[in-house]
Amino acid sequence: MSEALAIAAPTAGKREPGRLWIVPPAALLALLFFYPLALIVRQAFLDDGGAANAAEIIRVLHSRFFLNALVNTVTISVAATAGCLIVGLVLALILAFVPFPGSGFIARLIDTFIALPTFLVTLAFTFLYGSAGMLNSGLMEVFSLPLPPVDFLYSTWGVVLAEVTVYTPFILRPLLAAFSLVDRGQIEAASVLGARPFRIVRQVILPAAVPALIAGGSLCLLLTVNEFGIVLFIGAKGVITLPLLIYGKAIQESAYQVACIIATINIALSLGLFGLYRFAAGRLGA
Amino acid sequence: MSAVAFTGPSVMDIDAAKIRGAGSNVHFDKVSVAYGAHVVLHPLTLDIAPGEILAMIGPSGSGKTTALRAVAGFVRPASGRIRIGATDVTDLPPYERGLGMVVQNYALFPHMRVEDNVAFGLRAQGADKALIGERVKDALATVGMATFARRYPRELSGGQQQRVAIARALAVRPRVLLLDEPLSALDAQIRRNMVEEIARLHRSLPGLTILYVTHDQTEALTLADKIAIMRDGRVCSHGPTTELYRRPPNRFTAEFLGRANLLPVTVAEAAGPKGFATARHGDALLTSAGRDEKAGDKSLLCIRPQHLSLTADSEHTNRIVGTLREVHWQGELTHLVLDVDGTPLRVSATKLPMALPEPGTKVPLFFAPADTSLLPEDAGV
Repeated sequence: MSEALAIAAPTAGKREPGRLWIVPPAALLALLFFYPLALIVRQAFLDDGGAANAAEIIRVLHSRFFLNALVNTVTISVAATAGCLIVGLVLALILAFVPFPGSGFIARLIDTFIALPTFLVTLAFTFLYGSAGMLNSGLMEVFSLPLPPVDFLYSTWGVVLAEVTVYTPFILRPLLAAFSLVDRGQIEAASVLGARPFRIVRQVILPAAVPALIAGGSLCLLLTVNEFGIVLFIGAKGVITLPLLIYGKAIQESAYQVACIIATINIALSLGLFGLYRFAAGRLGA
Repeated sequence: MSAVAFTGPSVMDIDAAKIRGAGSNVHFDKVSVAYGAHVVLHPLTLDIAPGEILAMIGPSGSGKTTALRAVAGFVRPASGRIRIGATDVTDLPPYERGLGMVVQNYALFPHMRVEDNVAFGLRAQGADKALIGERVKDALATVGMATFARRYPRELSGGQQQRVAIARALAVRPRVLLLDEPLSALDAQIRRNMVEEIARLHRSLPGLTILYVTHDQTEALTLADKIAIMRDGRVCSHGPTTELYRRPPNRFTAEFLGRANLLPVTVAEAAGPKGFATARHGDALLTSAGRDEKAGDKSLLCIRPQHLSLTADSEHTNRIVGTLREVHWQGELTHLVLDVDGTPLRVSATKLPMALPEPGTKVPLFFAPADTSLLPEDAGV
């Protein structure tokens, strides 16, 4: 017993090496992230004069502008995520299972979208589908039309289309990774047993890709909920999302408490989605 | 009952009795496969009779798996036609060919229970619920996995997973069962047991035509009615298993199937009415089963390692002397390597003299004329 204590004593008193290394990153995080976050949450409960004002929270939550922005945000992010899932799934199935020369090149090309700033696609869309864009100019010239016939770009669906274009690679990448792990023998066995391609996709391939779909989908949802550049750049009439509303209230109207209340809700929404993403990514093994 | 997926007899049409009575033949009619300019299967003409097990064996890259995949529909022939029964399946997709297939890594669907794996093909072909239940039960019972129906593949051993894969292939009552190196992923003991189980299975389903691709000659010799030996995309020999083993037509077959010893000889006297020829190797005059060799022909005398003996008796009348080079004891067998005028001869013996001679000493070897055959020296294909 005494021997055991003698052995245990020095190790108990000894400090774990490198234990203090947690301090610099924690301090940096606190300074750059948690403190400003805490300031935002605190400001949500104080009016612009610094007095406590919880009633403003209730007023904002019931206001038309907030509810509109919330509905717009959810509609756009859900629609864009659904679009990304559909386009990403179809593209991934083609790239992974339909052999054609250059499929690897196409996959890498799609990947490069991740590296581009989000508003760039919007800018390109303006050149293509905008009022004075190539499509409208062409149609007006060919059919001698007085007004641009295509104007979806400056609506909710224009924002959705731009977001689908920008964020589909975020679905495509995990799906391609998941598909690369699907045993080709399973597909062949299913085919020999009489299963047609659609059944094979539904019953053999998709079950293997569910974690990738959830992970990619929740990441997409998270990014589209917080998307600012695309919505601002398109400038669609009446399409105000939560990030755009926060910008408007804080920068244009100097209504800081309102901006902070909305920002707090936006943060809660984002953290919830991030939790979902981490859970799904954990199941995928990412 | 819904429509069936493939054009041949459907899973609903064929009952167990019919399977036992009549399988389908497979006919390769000058089938070749090429990837660009690279020909991996030269024109192959071959017939697998109904209810027959044909083993295709050969080294890696010999074209055996390509031939099987052409039957399955995963490889499109560059030329030729493939018929299963009366149906030309060359242009049919795999799901319309009415086959079953078992591959090396089992390829079970990991998210489905054993019973759902087995039912997969039946559901894909639109079989009704009652029939699916019955067939799944039968197929699992056939492979001894009835009690594992509710398990997931990950909860089974390799051997059990392979049994489920076989049950899944059998449940659709295939016209032809394709087995692509089905036992390669299993360890030696389980592999031996599975070979016996497949043999038993075929005895219970004698009408089932099986194309069995393997690189393991023991599996082929144990299971196959006929063997096709592949080399460089060509069939270099094809025939009944025992015939091919006892009288290999060429050097490659003799060496690949059973690692035969090949001793260069000169035919002294052509085969007589009893089918025995005499041949000379150095001073030794040897008697061997002959074909159509003529006196003076250069030939190879084919002797299996287990047919060489260190002791003479009334049957082992041929005698040849070699120098003992190596002795490898492997428990139930002892392998000896002797040098006979520069030709290495392998001997596999279960019984040996109490005192083995030392390496380097001259040792007489005896063998029976009936255990040998002659093959032309230039038949190296």
